[in-house]
Amino acid sequence: MFAYLIRRLFFFVPIVFGVMLLTFVLFFVVQSPEATARRVLGQRANPKAVENWLHNRGYDKPLLVNHNPGEPWHDSLFLHQMGRLATFDLGASDVSGRPLRDVFIQGALPSLLLTLPAFMAGLALSVGLALYLVFIRNAKVDLFASFLCVALMSIPVMVYVIFGQFLVAQVLNYFPAFGFELQGWSTAKFLLLPVSLMVVSGLGADVRLFRALFIEEMGQDYIRTARSKGVSTPSILLRHVLKNGLINLITLVVASLPFLIMGSLLLENFFGIPGLGNVLFSAIQAPDFAVVQASVFLGSLLYLGGLLLTDLCYAWADPRIRLQ
Amino acid sequence: MAIMKLLDQMWVQNLCAILGFALLGAMVWSLSRSERWTAAWKRLRRDRIGLCSLGVILLYLVVGGLESVSVNTDSGGRTLLQTFTKFVPQERSYAAPLAATSLSVSDPKPLLGRHLLGTDALGRDTLVQTLRATRSALWIGGLTSLIYIPLGILLGMLSGYYRGWVDDAIQYLYSTIAAVPEILMLVAILLVLGKGLGTMAIALGITGWVGMARLIRGETLRQVERPYVAAARAMGQSDWKILTNHLLPNVMHLVLIKFVLGFSGLVLAEAVLSYLGVGAPVGTASWGAMIDASRSELSREPLIWWNLTSASGALFILVLALNLLGDSMRWAFDPKN
Repeated sequence: MFAYLIRRLFFFVPIVFGVMLLTFVLFFVVQSPEATARRVLGQRANPKAVENWLHNRGYDKPLLVNHNPGEPWHDSLFLHQMGRLATFDLGASDVSGRPLRDVFIQGALPSLLLTLPAFMAGLALSVGLALYLVFIRNAKVDLFASFLCVALMSIPVMVYVIFGQFLVAQVLNYFPAFGFELQGWSTAKFLLLPVSLMVVSGLGADVRLFRALFIEEMGQDYIRTARSKGVSTPSILLRHVLKNGLINLITLVVASLPFLIMGSLLLENFFGIPGLGNVLFSAIQAPDFAVVQASVFLGSLLYLGGLLLTDLCYAWADPRIRLQ
Repeated sequence: MAIMKLLDQMWVQNLCAILGFALLGAMVWSLSRSERWTAAWKRLRRDRIGLCSLGVILLYLVVGGLESVSVNTDSGGRTLLQTFTKFVPQERSYAAPLAATSLSVSDPKPLLGRHLLGTDALGRDTLVQTLRATRSALWIGGLTSLIYIPLGILLGMLSGYYRGWVDDAIQYLYSTIAAVPEILMLVAILLVLGKGLGTMAIALGITGWVGMARLIRGETLRQVERPYVAAARAMGQSDWKILTNHLLPNVMHLVLIKFVLGFSGLVLAEAVLSYLGVGAPVGTASWGAMIDASRSELSREPLIWWNLTSASGALFILVLALNLLGDSMRWAFDPKN
């Protein structure tokens, strides 16, 4: 198991290097550092200010190899950036100058408070609904449900948010429809609406997926054996289908777990939750290239972490799988 | 960036639109001669939901096509759709659907005409604006598909056919791109390349080919084992001939299903990105931009609901039709039926 983990981590090294290369090409080659400086400082910034800005961040170094006499050859922008990312030195925001490490650590908690409950509730609800659909096995209900799922999938998140907020705040005249406060139970009051909107917006796709998964499981031979033994349908669903479907479910679900930290771009911005989604949203508007670059790097690390977690859970859930 | 400038020219846009429709027509015509496709079409014809969706999509294509072709008039370029809706008068500000007077409570003034879905803040007819926004959605879907589908087919087939180091290299390439969460990748590319329909298509194309390549690679791996490939090899046909003449037609149905389902995702992505402010440039009619503009209208008194509902409704119907048609096609091509 341990050896497998180490091997897997080594397999990730070239991919992480590829992502680092990708961000470098995008942020330093496609758009030159001068152009970045001008977009952050404004088109009419004086040349001295641009020069200072570039120098303070080390962006005025030669791109690939340093040919300047008296300077070591490896003192280049490329190697400098690679070294920085490899040591998790995320640098500082282009706009506020705050260290990005602090920005990300501070934003993680509000993001998790939003995404984690939404993830749990969404998973429980969609698994339950999918099982129920498999349980009743009614052609008409099935057709209607799958139509409803496709309809739910076809609505963009912002429409859910705008209508949801309007409905709750103005028509029902209920609890705070905007804002955030980290203060025990009052936080929950702020989070109830965004969390439920996140659950509803993901419901269509999930129910459809899980239903297909469970139906496939229902066609297996062991289900027929259980039926002929006289096991009741609820018992088959809960003890056979759910348990075996869980293995496939894990591969689909666990990979997205680490990414919950990044929060939700649209929901956080709309409800004023100061999480990482909101950080990214402001970075898009500013524009703040350092934040976007760091998010891309962190996001890919989280994705790879998710892959690793999937492997582990897979081995844990299915005794036939041995990681070697 | 010279390409982006070129795309702003009227005649280039007209040419692109006409070529796009010609391409679509040629594809349908060439596919309609294959036996497998006529069989699938027969099954699809009995599927009422699938046919309705197809009709709705064709309607959107016509509207988007009318908005994509411009003609020269004395007051500058004007699209065909604008020419056809010239009789709709322009108001000064908001007007409710079918109202005879302007929205002002204290001092209502008579309007120049009635508007089926009301008007927006600048007094433009909401129905016309909603129809015009179809163009942005179709252009993003079309341009992106032109980038990601050939790329995905080519790399996926090469990867599945040659295996070995070619497979390793292509898999490494797409694992790296897939490692960056899609929304972050899109935002990063759009931030660096700038706003616009063209750059949005490039960004969506770079992230989009991965799924297509994976799908085609898997299917090619399976098809290569079939006897017809061995027979073609035994007859001394070149690898390229086998890839284009034998393997390509056998993976084409997967491409089309993915294209239709992917198109719905692209339409949604266009709306979300325009809403975020990195999408369609200011002044281009887009459902996402309309939804963004109408955010504050729900808290006004009297309530202005028609802009938001029209834009989200038009978007919803198109995406729904594409999703339903994709499902129907998947069902029609499934040999198990």
